[in-house]
Amino acid sequence: MSLKSKSISSKSSLNEDERLKKISPLRVLLNRPELGALGGSILVFIFFGIVAGDTGMFSAYGMLNFFDVSANLGIIAIAAAMLMIGGEFDLSIGSMIGFAGICIAIPAIYWGWPLWMSIVFAFAMAVLVGYFNGIMVVKTGLPSFIVTLAMLFILRGLTLAITRLITGRTQVPGLRVLIEDDPLAWIFATDTFKWLFTWLGSLKLIELRTDGTPLATGIPPSVIWFVALTLFATWILMKTRYGNWIFASGGDKVGATNVGVPVGRVKISLFIGTAVASTIFACIQVLDAGSADTMRGTLKELEAIAAAVVGGCLLTGGYGSAIGAAFGAIIFGTVSMGIFYTDVDTDWFKVFLGAMMLIAVVFNNYIRKKVTESK
Amino acid sequence: MTDYLVQFNNISKFFGKVIALKDVTMRLKKGEIMCLLGDNGAGKSTLIKTLAGVHKPDEGEIIFENKKIIFDSPKDALDIGIGTVYQDLALVSLMSVTRNFFMGREPQKGIPFFKTFDVDRANKIAAERMGQIGIDIRDPSQAVGTMSGGERQCLAISRAIYFGAKVLVLDEPTSALGVHQASMVLKYIVKAASEGLAVILITHNVHHAYPVGSSFTVLNRGKSMGTFQKKDISREKLLSMMAGGEELDKLEVELQEMDRIHSKN
Repeated sequence: MSLKSKSISSKSSLNEDERLKKISPLRVLLNRPELGALGGSILVFIFFGIVAGDTGMFSAYGMLNFFDVSANLGIIAIAAAMLMIGGEFDLSIGSMIGFAGICIAIPAIYWGWPLWMSIVFAFAMAVLVGYFNGIMVVKTGLPSFIVTLAMLFILRGLTLAITRLITGRTQVPGLRVLIEDDPLAWIFATDTFKWLFTWLGSLKLIELRTDGTPLATGIPPSVIWFVALTLFATWILMKTRYGNWIFASGGDKVGATNVGVPVGRVKISLFIGTAVASTIFACIQVLDAGSADTMRGTLKELEAIAAAVVGGCLLTGGYGSAIGAAFGAIIFGTVSMGIFYTDVDTDWFKVFLGAMMLIAVVFNNYIRKKVTESK
Repeated sequence: MTDYLVQFNNISKFFGKVIALKDVTMRLKKGEIMCLLGDNGAGKSTLIKTLAGVHKPDEGEIIFENKKIIFDSPKDALDIGIGTVYQDLALVSLMSVTRNFFMGREPQKGIPFFKTFDVDRANKIAAERMGQIGIDIRDPSQAVGTMSGGERQCLAISRAIYFGAKVLVLDEPTSALGVHQASMVLKYIVKAASEGLAVILITHNVHHAYPVGSSFTVLNRGKSMGTFQKKDISREKLLSMMAGGEELDKLEVELQEMDRIHSKN
């Protein structure tokens, strides 16, 4: 931002061109893709602050609750956003979550693998699935919508068929006992900043249980992953060569290829990214619940895409931001949990989700016209 | 030894049974602007793609700085210094000037594995380069979509030069532009040539080509109708050659003949 204003002022002092309109700081801000989602989040917080301010929603426990839900969605929304900026879709995210879940649970429970090994196995499978999606889209030139829709059915079917074949049921419980002492599982299953909550509890600043321990025990792992991934994705998009390639691949595939951007490789890596993010989501949920379920992650791909769109990603690619998608996820997470604290029937959540997405798309379209409008 | 920078000798390209190009020869010296003229379907696009390394010629040879060269990919052509600016310019209108200028070839800084895109340096270079052409971009982080057609064309050319083009291949750089914008682009092309580049300017607009070109190659139905120095040919002659003037002459004769027969009856 500082650079931007500097270059404007130095130019205008050098050379006063009467044809140049001054660009107001507001216009500069309006050109950022995440603006809509940021504004939306603020509105949502104000709304629930008024409607549900006196309920438990904004207690430490309540906040961790809705941030946990937001963070889980955010992890996949960020990967989906990056893929969308790169010009493609992944509809197999939800099925990948279910598939990754049983890739962890079945080897660990039925084959006696150590938990860390089954987690590594799940990630390896994710890379494979992502690579397959990517190579199919890149090599055949088919729309990613079709390719990943096929993958949605294939993965969900595989998950169900394999699980029933091996276990005879659709759920695989019994993972909780394996988490302790595992060298890898803790990074998906540990609450952090416990000391902070204990300290706040001892000061009676947050709610306590009857035994004196705080009700909110620590920051859930999903939130840490969410924050880390948001920062990482933003760094990649804004600060690296690879980030520029993502924008270029989504903005104009032919043009990018002509100037030497390895568009195919970029897209394949982004498909691997969504599959890996789905697996992170699966690890956190499976280890938290202690069981894998074949239906886990159903419809998550659409929520992830919705969050990315609300976050300012264009469906046509080449434009968007990871921070925007993060805020998009926060909006959905906050509303889906917050609605319990109001008198509104929770059935209305989906109505809100759809309306929010429509508004976002109209708004984004308007912004895109503004950005590309000729002078 | 010749003093030609680049020679395309007897280039032919076939697609199945279709003869897209047959025996096209073009030779360029430094500082020269050769205009490649041709009507729609004359084989201009195929020739450009052959020059840029997208297609491999089926016959003929490409000689660059007196060395015979075979391109396996567009990257090979870029690497030896043949910079092609396509009609679509390879610019992404949603991306900033800087991000477009360095697309695919971003300057980096930092330690391995944590290398970052050196945005400050890239902004500085982009603004500087655009300034040299007389385009004052207030803000190199503004989207390319906000620039005029002529400015975009100049940005694409300037990018090709910055990344080491010795031979510039320009595909219809003025076709979508108004008079003022077109003259801005043509001025820039002349300037680039005067600094020692060889320019191949592909166009179907003789009025744009004639003032800036030093020689003219006319392409018709995949064949070269010859290369002419400016002093040897007039604008009108070029125009009629391009449009298949002989064919039109023949048509005229035939029509007269028909009229004559009609009037006899």
